[in-house]
Amino acid sequence: MAKIETTYRDALRLALTEAMQADDNVIIMGEEVGRYGGAYGVTKGLIDEFGEDRVIDTPISEAAIVGAAVGAGMAGLRPVAELMYVDFIGMTMDQLANQAAKIRYMFGGQIGVPMVLRTQGGTGRSAGAQHSQSLEAYVMHTPGLRLAMPSTVDDAYHLLRQALKQPDPVVFIEHKGLYTMKGTLDTDAEPAGWGKARVMREGADIVIVSYSRQLHHALAAAEILARENGIQAAVIDLRTLNPLDFDTIRPLVEQAGRAMVVSEGAMTSGVAAELAARITEECFDFLEDPVVRVAGEDIPISVSPLLEKHSVPTPEFISDAVRMMLK
Amino acid sequence: MIDANNEAAGKNSLLADFYREMRRVRTFEERVGELFVRGQSAGSMLHLSIGEESAAVGICANMRDGDTFTTHHRGHGIFLARGADPARMMAEIAGKEAGYCHGKGGSMHIADMGLGHLGANAIVGGGIPAVVGAGLAARNRKTNAVSFAFFGDGATGQGILYESMNMAALWKLPVMFVCINNQYGMGTRIDQATANPNLHERAEAFGLAARTVDGLDVEDVNEAAAELIAGARAGQPAFLVIDCYRFFGHARKDKSPYRDETEEAEGRLKDPVIRARDKLISSGMMSEADLDAWDAEIATEMDATIDFSIAEKEPQLSSMYRDVYAPGEPEPEPVRTRLERVLARE
Ligand SMILES: Cc1ncc(C[n+]2csc(CCOP(=O)(O)OP(=O)(O)O)c2C)c(N)n1
Ligand SMILES: [Mg+2]
Repeated sequence: MAKIETTYRDALRLALTEAMQADDNVIIMGEEVGRYGGAYGVTKGLIDEFGEDRVIDTPISEAAIVGAAVGAGMAGLRPVAELMYVDFIGMTMDQLANQAAKIRYMFGGQIGVPMVLRTQGGTGRSAGAQHSQSLEAYVMHTPGLRLAMPSTVDDAYHLLRQALKQPDPVVFIEHKGLYTMKGTLDTDAEPAGWGKARVMREGADIVIVSYSRQLHHALAAAEILARENGIQAAVIDLRTLNPLDFDTIRPLVEQAGRAMVVSEGAMTSGVAAELAARITEECFDFLEDPVVRVAGEDIPISVSPLLEKHSVPTPEFISDAVRMMLK
Repeated sequence: MIDANNEAAGKNSLLADFYREMRRVRTFEERVGELFVRGQSAGSMLHLSIGEESAAVGICANMRDGDTFTTHHRGHGIFLARGADPARMMAEIAGKEAGYCHGKGGSMHIADMGLGHLGANAIVGGGIPAVVGAGLAARNRKTNAVSFAFFGDGATGQGILYESMNMAALWKLPVMFVCINNQYGMGTRIDQATANPNLHERAEAFGLAARTVDGLDVEDVNEAAAELIAGARAGQPAFLVIDCYRFFGHARKDKSPYRDETEEAEGRLKDPVIRARDKLISSGMMSEADLDAWDAEIATEMDATIDFSIAEKEPQLSSMYRDVYAPGEPEPEPVRTRLERVLARE
């Protein structure tokens, strides 16, 4: 197939299709994933190709969907459960955190739970307080769960293929604002490895660490800074939050002496907080400034498009924050 | 707002009141659709209750002052029938400061404690257990109030419904579960989501008084509601399924490709508004001209809600940090303020 121009949404679907063609044990289950084709269209048409036994429309029963995926994974299938919005993760948290995440360890390594929980989060659609959150920190705080958050079309495909090969449960969080994003996908190219971050932009003045949609805001901010202030910012896409690739971050931060973490999730006890602490611990002797978090406000998301937009980092805000650091 | 128990209201005028209220609900929902088409709604997650008017009106007519309720994401009609100001509702749907929740909630989260509306919910099943708590409050504080949970057939997939029903029955709480069965949860027809679509049987198994009523005729809904609610007020919690049809797509953008036109045409024949209108005319209670005049009046009322919501202001940015915690408590520090503080240098 090699290189194709496609979208984030279609790249995800391609990854699912190929995985299902390659392995009969791969199944998809969730609300509206079959006949409807997925609330965001990711699984469109898959039921026609793979049938109702492998693309399973469920009742609105999130806890049991995730729990059934846990059991299916233990019993020999490779389930991909879909949670329509990451905001519903609370309803599944026992199955995810007490079951999926604990089973390998608690049972002394006898068995793992090879499942993928696909979901999507983030702001951008005026979807209100219960449909706009960024809850990756809940997952990252739970040992035993892997966590992938693709930001590019290429990774929508490659990271999902890789997630489907993991021996342990993977929570795979897409961003609702990225589904229509276009890009080039090279299915044959050797992808960046699972658990490896990617340097998206070089720059000697500061390192901006980000992931998911905020990566694009960080890149846009870096462009603004280069153009308007001659500031060169390196930008790193984490790709997976567990495993966390600190080896890619460390040398760049040691060189630049300044680091910022950008995340859409609420600032307090969020992913950015963890990364800022880690950078501070590991690179302390090289830092010229405190490591700065630019993250979601510590508030719920409003339906008002105006309030929503300013509840999470914008490219302008990120570039302002860098200027504040470097002044 | 109708009070079906008001002795002054004779049976005839009650049907007329029901018609008028159902027409208001329908017209309001049509205007919500228009707000979206005009690009003035906050987002597209707008769930219209067209086809479900008898549920909203038939139940709310039997509520009393002090009663409380929660609704699902398709709750505009219920709140309107309980006496909401449609202009403030529309402003909320447009994400404006003048809305019921100051633009923070939106279509799926309208609430008004003054009218006993404990909140609309975008989590399927999310509002159900609160009525158990409200029922406990009514019992312990001896308020004689009933608490109502409105939800769709899809919510019967959620375990929390069964936990809540069990508690309500166990503790004999003044609670009423209202399941609006519009046959679909998004693209999934009820028989594709459950092996036993006789939903009220589940409630019976828990010891609730349970029935299914055809939503075509608002008088039937009113009658069933009156009986069950009287029981609930006396400590026999109840469950009422109202059978109806979701006339349009799940949300404003859904064109319902998963069901065919014949089915939709048939489903839309189950029209409680037209049914009430026909009854009023055929029984000679009201003339077509009278009803047309009402419809026109209502259209004017609802047109004004669009103008109002468009003209109103966006919320102020500074309001973003308000109401995370109680008034008087410190607001969360804005990220920008914190950065400026941390990075301040001589
Ligand atoms: C916990 C949860 N799961 C899934 C959804 C997505 N969703 C919103 S409405 C809906 C269908 C609900 O169907 P039903 O309860 O019958 O209500 P209706 O839309 O028919 O009024 C779904 C699946 C959600 N909002 N919350
Ligand atoms: Mg329904």
